Amino acid sequence: MMTLTPLATAQPSGESTGNIWDWDFALEIFPEILTAFIQVTLLVTVVGTAIAAVIGLVIAILIRVLPSPLAFIVRWAANFIRMTPIVVQLLVLYYGFTWMDPLLIGFIVFGVHYATYMSEVYRAGIDSVPKGQWEATKALSMSAGRTWRRVVIPQALRSTIPSLGNYAISMFKDTPFLFVISVAEMVSVAQDLGAQTFRYTEAITIAGLIFLAASYPTALLINRLEKRLAYAN
Amino acid sequence: MPTPIDPEAPVIEFVDVEKRFGSNTVLKDLNFSVRRGERVTLIGPSGSGKTTILRLVMTLEELTGGYIFVDGEPLTHREKDGKRIAVSAKEQKHLRTRIGMVFQQFNLFPNMTVLENIIEAPIHVLGQSKAEATAKAHSLLEQVGLPDKADQHPMSLSGGQQQRVAIARALAMDPEILLLDEVTSALDPEVVGDVLNILRQVADTTNVTMLIVTHEMSFARDVSHKVMMFDGGRVVEEGSPEKIFSDPSHARTKQFLSAVLRDA
Amino acid sequence: MDWLDQQQQYFETLQNFGPRLWDGFLLTVQLTLVGAILAFVIAVVLGLMAGSPSLWLRGPARVIIEFFRGTSLLVQLFWVYYVLPLFGLTLESSFTVGVIALGLNYGAYGAEAVRASLTSVSTGQWEATVALSMSWPHKIRRIIFPQAWALMIPSLANLLVHLLKGSAIVYIVGLNDFNFELDQLRRVTDAWFAYAFVGLIGYFLFALLLTRIMLLLEVRAKHKLGQGPTLREVLSPTPKMPIVAAHPGSAPSVPGGKASGGQG
Repeated sequence: MMTLTPLATAQPSGESTGNIWDWDFALEIFPEILTAFIQVTLLVTVVGTAIAAVIGLVIAILIRVLPSPLAFIVRWAANFIRMTPIVVQLLVLYYGFTWMDPLLIGFIVFGVHYATYMSEVYRAGIDSVPKGQWEATKALSMSAGRTWRRVVIPQALRSTIPSLGNYAISMFKDTPFLFVISVAEMVSVAQDLGAQTFRYTEAITIAGLIFLAASYPTALLINRLEKRLAYAN
Repeated sequence: MPTPIDPEAPVIEFVDVEKRFGSNTVLKDLNFSVRRGERVTLIGPSGSGKTTILRLVMTLEELTGGYIFVDGEPLTHREKDGKRIAVSAKEQKHLRTRIGMVFQQFNLFPNMTVLENIIEAPIHVLGQSKAEATAKAHSLLEQVGLPDKADQHPMSLSGGQQQRVAIARALAMDPEILLLDEVTSALDPEVVGDVLNILRQVADTTNVTMLIVTHEMSFARDVSHKVMMFDGGRVVEEGSPEKIFSDPSHARTKQFLSAVLRDA
Repeated sequence: MDWLDQQQQYFETLQNFGPRLWDGFLLTVQLTLVGAILAFVIAVVLGLMAGSPSLWLRGPARVIIEFFRGTSLLVQLFWVYYVLPLFGLTLESSFTVGVIALGLNYGAYGAEAVRASLTSVSTGQWEATVALSMSWPHKIRRIIFPQAWALMIPSLANLLVHLLKGSAIVYIVGLNDFNFELDQLRRVTDAWFAYAFVGLIGYFLFALLLTRIMLLLEVRAKHKLGQGPTLREVLSPTPKMPIVAAHPGSAPSVPGGKASGGQG
């Protein structure tokens, strides 16, 4: 667990702060921050989202299919994970399994945590499949597996893709929490660069702008996709 | 009020009115006028534009072409140096407070009691004192037959009762023009009569100009001076209720009325 | 036997640790509540601006909202901590730093919830305010926002839990909150006992409490609109209307409907 050294005490006395923004410095550190972004932030987001998409579906199906008491347990286990801080979950695994690679811990925690969100989305999607569809498969004596695979899931997934996209963006903005388990994701790299030179403004602003540049257009795209899918129905 | 009202001038005047929704033109080259105290019923199939006319007067829709005059003053746009420019919000508000509307879905405010619903606008928009507005509200509630409902919530009233409150709320503003948009269409047939009787009363006891969209033909016959038949955004035929209902000239009017009155 | 003894030992340690842990927990509670209040204020201000007809208000609000939603909480925390002092604004307490970062970040998300709830209020209500010529501030304050409030609570409840979860990062600016004390506990017990058992369960219980409180707020808000039971009915040991969870873990919704007995 790390605590930051406040700027005031980190600065040697007598040094002037000079100008607030130095373009040369900004350009100098930009590649390093961008690299961390691609190598860690994006990686965790992609892998985490993939895990969340799969496990979320599993959770949703389990809740639907298991007998009441078991379904209750699964539901509340999912609630438990969903409503507790990612930071603490990361720390549990980090100190609990000291042999595990922090990046792997990141994949698991983000994947499972967001799976609990995705299971809600899937549940709503499954519920939105009209009852008539289920009854038709029964009338045709289709097996459960085939019913799910060929009829229910394809229809349920329609609305889930935009939600998946939105949660991916959300996860993306949560990746800085990996800071607490010493993963060199973008914001910790930025903070590190700042600490080395006592120039934090450029580093942190660059990190923020990269986040903005990545998340805002993506959000707009997903919005557009959502509207497209809604009209198609 | 700054300008005295000329009793001879039309209260509502539509000049070359056009209303487009995207690529769909609902009203085009519409010209008509309504005199003070006149009661005009607009009839016609759905989509013919009659509700749109009401909504344009109530400024619930943007006028895409032409001009609407209320009491001789432009409601939404004026012509200046050959160009069509919008009137200011202040000017519009000045006119709009003279116009009231009763909606098909009542639209009473659920977070207020019946009394509060009625006095809200008179107090905050017209600047009346609470005592004044409350006294008027009670008298209006008497008039619509709901004197003991003042402190109830709208949600606890029946549809017919809610609509009567809505009428009281509109009348509390002392409007010159009252727009009635299918006010009984959402009500059970049993209570339609009560509501219409109140409107008949209003018509008999006041000089309010009324623009009515309704399917209730006998009500229209009782109350209207003029009936206008709309189809495809145009006036197909207009005349007195006797003329239109008993002896329509235009084929479309005949067709529409025979279909509507068949169910009556 | 070994593990059980160990756990027993941990519990004893926990008792010694109790006061520190409790202080840390209280600090987290304060951080969450004060942060939530700031976030709510920001959300309402930005949300109303974003829903305003005036572009001068909408534009800047939209920019601010997207800026704080699009950058990350940690970036904002660092910014308040490291960069703000350079502009002359040095915050003495890390609590304030945390509150501001949480308030800005979740306030921006809240603004979207507020704005969306404004548009969710039924069109009929908006149109009734036009028909009564109410000014924008008046209609928002007296008619629209009271109704939007009931609609925005579920989203705000969700954000509140997110805020609580986000608060767990604030310790890095030097705040001895619950998470910080959990780390101290870990050093004398182990990660599983401290973080998983005490930590996660502690956060979970608090999150449940917050969710429950927001649900009660929603019940009260809906009752004020004439939909649903009173708070007392819901809280009584044998409620007449069962509270049904709409879906697991989310703010359960009360089956709506007309107020039974029509309470004024």
